Amino acid sequence: MRKVEVDKEMGLKSVKEYPPAPLSKPAEGAGGKTGLWRTYRPVVDLNKCTGCRICWAYCPDRAIKLRDDGKVEVDYVWCKGCLICFHECPVKAIDKVVEEFGE
Amino acid sequence: MSKVKSIKDIPLQEYLMPGHAACAGCAMALAVRHVLKILGRNTTVTVPACCLSVIQGIFPKTAVDVPLKNTAFASAAAMASGIKAGYRVQGKNVNVIAIAGDGGTYDIGIQALSGAVERNEDIIYLVYDNQAYMNTGIQRSGATPYGAWTTTTPKGKTEKRKDLGFIMIANGARYVATVTPSYLMDFYSKFQKAKERKGSRVVIDLSPCPPGWRYDPGFTIEIGKLAVQTGAWILWEFEDGVFQFTGFSKMIAEGKAKKKPVESYLKLQGRFKEIIKSKEKIEYYQELINENWEKYLKIAEIYKKK
Ligand SMILES: Cc1ncc(C[n+]2csc(CCOP(=O)(O)OP(=O)(O)O)c2C)c(N)n1
Ligand code: SF4
Ligand code: SF4
Ligand code: SF4
Ligand SMILES: [Mg+2]
Repeated sequence: MRKVEVDKEMGLKSVKEYPPAPLSKPAEGAGGKTGLWRTYRPVVDLNKCTGCRICWAYCPDRAIKLRDDGKVEVDYVWCKGCLICFHECPVKAIDKVVEEFGE
Repeated sequence: MSKVKSIKDIPLQEYLMPGHAACAGCAMALAVRHVLKILGRNTTVTVPACCLSVIQGIFPKTAVDVPLKNTAFASAAAMASGIKAGYRVQGKNVNVIAIAGDGGTYDIGIQALSGAVERNEDIIYLVYDNQAYMNTGIQRSGATPYGAWTTTTPKGKTEKRKDLGFIMIANGARYVATVTPSYLMDFYSKFQKAKERKGSRVVIDLSPCPPGWRYDPGFTIEIGKLAVQTGAWILWEFEDGVFQFTGFSKMIAEGKAKKKPVESYLKLQGRFKEIIKSKEKIEYYQELINENWEKYLKIAEIYKKK
């Protein structure tokens, strides 16, 4: 990351304000916009989803969100497209499609 | 936290932020996500050089939402002991956990771990065993199994792997357990117990790694399950001198389930391509697994409940 971006992100105005040791703050996207890594996109069929939460529990990326109606949806900002959810859904409510960003 | 017995009991609170830098389908990220759910806000983590120190992300951001101190490769257990001592003098009761890779545990960090366990330091030590030095590009470690390809064992490793669980029992550990996140309820049961206990708690986690084990990331959960179902990974718990098999491994030990042939586990992973080529090598691999089971049945006999 370029120095000027770091300065901006931490709200630092001068070198004197730098912490004595590298101190990172918790944030989303510490590894970048990981949704851009996808080659496949998991797609939930809400008509089939039973709300069992298996996909939610097994997603290493917290990219499955619990909906108010008890079913789930994918957070495409962070989903890396590993397809664990696609393989583990017991009722095959998740399909995979080739990712075409921006469509 | 009340006992987690089904997926619906898993707490909703998260401490691993989305958008971390782990590879797609990383079982270590999954384990860290759930461990932090179990330990909660009142936790401090220490991490030596390993994939986890990278997936935290790039300064000034980190993906871990509890205090975390990076440390040198050899010193995870020593650092955890020191952090705990620091909290103790401040009169604070904080869960302190070291999370390290197999390279940082079976090989490089073993003296610090052995010392901490011998002193019965009040820490949890989680080793995520992805069976090689993955972060630097898949080099063999003491935890790499026989036959596995790595960049330093291009024809497959010719030695057997170390048995860290056995070493820890011999080291006098009061609590040792093996887990894998494919069996999440077993995982919760052991970490919830570990959280409540005092003294050294060592948890050894089989951590499937798509790029290192050469498989499609979607199979992470299935490979962890197959490891247990074929007996290549044994789920057990050693608590105050009593050894018990758990989960599917318990069914195998009690004769209620049969081990699947190991081939089903090996053939999903490109790292075993040399073994899969020859019938003799597959048979030899099966023998190694059977031998290991014989050993663990004896351990269970020696340390059975009196
Ligand atoms: C003293 C020292 N030697 C070597 C390295 C380089 N190094 C960083 S991470 C790593 C591999 C760690 O392997 P493991 O503990 O199994 O964790 P994994 O990468 O598999 O998650 C190595 C060799 C280092 N950081 N420090
Ligand atoms: S695993 Fe399938 S059925 Fe269960 S919550 Fe996920 S999409 Fe719905
Ligand atoms: S594809 Fe992987 S990262 Fe995306 S939602 Fe499914 S399990 Fe999570
Ligand atoms: S190399 Fe393996 S352990 Fe490391 S981040 Fe990638 S999947 Fe996880
Ligand atoms: Mg490793």
